[in-house]
Amino acid sequence: MSENRLTNILVPVFAVILGIIAGAIVMIVSGYDPIAGYSALLYGAFGDRYYIGETIRQVTPYILAGLAVAFAFRTGLFNIGVEGQLIVGWLAAVWVGVAFELPKVIHLPLAIIAAGAAGALWGFIPGFLKARFRVHEVIVTIMMNYIALYVSNAVIRSVLSDQGFKSEKIHPSASLRSEFLQSLTDYSTLHYGIIISLIAAVVMWFLLEKTTTGYELRAVGFNQHASHYAGMNVNRNIILAMVISGAFAGIAGAMEGLGTFENVSVKAGFTGVGFDGIAVALLGGNHAFGIILAAVLFGALKVGALEMPSAADVPTELVDIVIALIIFFVASSYLIRLVLTRFKKEGK
Amino acid sequence: MKKKRFGLSMSLLLTAGMLLGGCGQAKEEPKKEEGKASEFSVAMVTDVGGIDDKSFNQSAWEGLQKFGEENGLKKGKGGYDYLQSQSDADYATNLNKLVRNDFDLIFGIGFLMTDAITEIADQKPDNKFAIVDSVVEKPNVASITFKEHEGSFLVGVVAGLMTKTNKIGFVGGMEIPLIEKFESGFRAGVKAVNPKATVEVQYAGAFDKADKGKAIASSMYASGIDVIYHAAGATGNGVFSEAIDLKKQDPNKEIWVIGVDRDQYEEGKVPGTDKSVTLTSMVKRVDVAVYDLATKTKDGNFPGGQAVEYGLKEDGVGIAPTTKNNVPEDVLKKVDEWKQKIINGEVKVPTTRDEYKQFEASL
Repeated sequence: MSENRLTNILVPVFAVILGIIAGAIVMIVSGYDPIAGYSALLYGAFGDRYYIGETIRQVTPYILAGLAVAFAFRTGLFNIGVEGQLIVGWLAAVWVGVAFELPKVIHLPLAIIAAGAAGALWGFIPGFLKARFRVHEVIVTIMMNYIALYVSNAVIRSVLSDQGFKSEKIHPSASLRSEFLQSLTDYSTLHYGIIISLIAAVVMWFLLEKTTTGYELRAVGFNQHASHYAGMNVNRNIILAMVISGAFAGIAGAMEGLGTFENVSVKAGFTGVGFDGIAVALLGGNHAFGIILAAVLFGALKVGALEMPSAADVPTELVDIVIALIIFFVASSYLIRLVLTRFKKEGK
Repeated sequence: MKKKRFGLSMSLLLTAGMLLGGCGQAKEEPKKEEGKASEFSVAMVTDVGGIDDKSFNQSAWEGLQKFGEENGLKKGKGGYDYLQSQSDADYATNLNKLVRNDFDLIFGIGFLMTDAITEIADQKPDNKFAIVDSVVEKPNVASITFKEHEGSFLVGVVAGLMTKTNKIGFVGGMEIPLIEKFESGFRAGVKAVNPKATVEVQYAGAFDKADKGKAIASSMYASGIDVIYHAAGATGNGVFSEAIDLKKQDPNKEIWVIGVDRDQYEEGKVPGTDKSVTLTSMVKRVDVAVYDLATKTKDGNFPGGQAVEYGLKEDGVGIAPTTKNNVPEDVLKKVDEWKQKIINGEVKVPTTRDEYKQFEASL
C-alpha cells in the first residue's frame, strides 16, 4: 500500500521532469537557449515579490477549478463544464458586488455564496439530466459552457451595463483585494482569494474522506451497481457530486470577479481556466493536496511564461507546449509506472 | 548639440520628477537618468491579437520598430520591445513587467487595456504610459484616439458611388462605442452621396471569429448587397474569404469588400488572377501615432494627461493608396472633395447612432 502511494507521487513528479526536459529539447530544436528560457521562466514566476504575488493570484482559480474537476471525477463523472460554471459564478459574484451596498462582513460572503450557487445550478442541470435520463454529462457540460458564455455576455450587455462591454466596478465592500497585500507585493493583483481556495481544498478533502456522504460519493464513483445494491441512492449522489463540483467552479469565478478583475466584461471566448483545471486535477491525482501543488506549478508556468519573450526571446507558446507535454506524460503514466517497477525489481 | 539635448532632457526629467513629487527614491534617480538620457527605451503590450494580427497591433509594432531603427535602438530591454498578452488577465502583469524593466514609455494597445492602464498609472506615478484607442485621464498617461468616423465616411462615399444594387453591408466586431464610430461614419458617407442606398448592419460579436464573418458575408451577398465594409479585425478575414470564393465561382460578379485598419488589398487578392476584391481600405495609422508619440517623449515633450486625436487633418486616418486600382478617377475626386469638406469643418461626421440620425435629417 505504502509503495503504491509512493508510485502515485513519483508518477506526476517524473511526468513534470520529463515534460520540462522534452520542452528543453523543443527549444533547442527551434533554436532557443533552454537554460535562458527556463531561468527567465523561474524569474518571471518567483523572481521578486511582485511576480510571486501574480503567481499566487493565478494559482487561486486553478486550485478551485482543479478541485471542481477532481470532485466530479472521484464520483465517476467527467465535468468538462467547469469553464461554464466559472463564467456564471463570475457573473453572479460581480452582479451581487455591483447591485448591493452592504457592510463587508455580509457583502463579500454573499457575493461568494451567490457565485457558488450559480455554479452549483450550472452543475445541477447536467447532473439531473445524467441521473434522470442517463444523458452523458460530457456532452451536456460542453454545451452548457457555450450557453454560459453567451448568456453572460447578453446579461452584461443588457443588465449590468447600458449596451456596454463591461460592468461597473464592484463596491469595495465586496472586493477581495486589500491594500496590505498590494503593499506587500508591490501592487500585484494578489487578493485574499488564495485563503478561500485553500479552505476549499480542506473542505473537499474532509468531505470526501471523512464523511458518510463522501464515502457514498466515492463508492458511486467506484461502482454504481454495487453502490445501488448496497442501498445507496446513486441518482442522488450523481446530482450532489455535480452540484458540489459546480459550486467549486463558481467560486473560482468569484475569485476572478471579486479579486483579479473586480468587474466582468463581455468575453469573445473562454477564459481557459476551467479547461486548465482538468489538467490540474489530472496532475494532482484528483487529491486535494496534490491539486494545490499542481495548481502552483501551472500558475507559475503561466505567469513565468510572460517573462520568456522579453528576457530570453522564447515565444510564450513554448510554455503551452511544455504544459501539453506534462499532461501527455501524466496521461501515459503507464510507461512511467512500468519503468519504476522495473527499477525496483532490479534494486531487490 | 548632443550635450545641449542631454542637458535639456536632464533638466526636463528633473522637473518632471520634482513635479510628480519626490517619492523617496532620490538616491537611485540620478544614476538612472544618466542612462536614460542617451538610451531612450520604449515598449508596448499587445492585446490577445498579437503583432501579426494584420490589424492595429501589427501596425503599432511597425511604428515602434521604425522608431527603434531610426534611433539606433536594439530590440529588448533598454531599447524597444513588445509583450504579447495571452488573455485579459495578462494586461496588468505585462504592463507592470515593462515598468519593472525600466522602459521610459509604455504603450497599451487597444481599448481593452483601459482598466489596466488606469490602475497602474495610479500605482506608478513616475512612469509614462500611453494608450491607443481609449482615453485615460491621468497626468502620466497620454491617450491616442483616432477619428475612425472620418475615415469611415470616406470609404462610405466610395461605397455609395460604386454600388450597383444600392445595397451595402457593414459587418462589425463587438458592439462597442468604438465600432459604432466606424458604423455611423460609414453610413453617413453612403447617405451623403447616395440617398437611395441602404446599409445593412450586422455584428459578429467577436474580433476573432472568421467563420462568423464568412457566414454573415454569405447571407449579405446573397441578398443582393455588393459592397461590405468590415470593422471586425480577424472576423473580417471571413468576409474576404467569402468574397474571394464567390469571385472564383463567377469572375464577372461585381462584389467588393472594404478593408479596415491597414491596407487590405493583399488580403482580397483572388488566386490565379491579379484582381483583388478589396475596393478600398480605411487605414488607421496607428504606426504614425505610435512613432510620433515616442519621438515627442524622447524629445522631452511627453503629452501626459492629454488626449491626442488623429483625424483626416493629421493624416491619422484615410483611404489606402491602392484604392486607385479598383476605383475610377472621378470617384476618387469626389472622395477628395469630401475630405476637404471634413478638414475644413463644413461637414461634421457623426460618431454615434444618435448623431447619425441628426445627420440624416439634416441632409
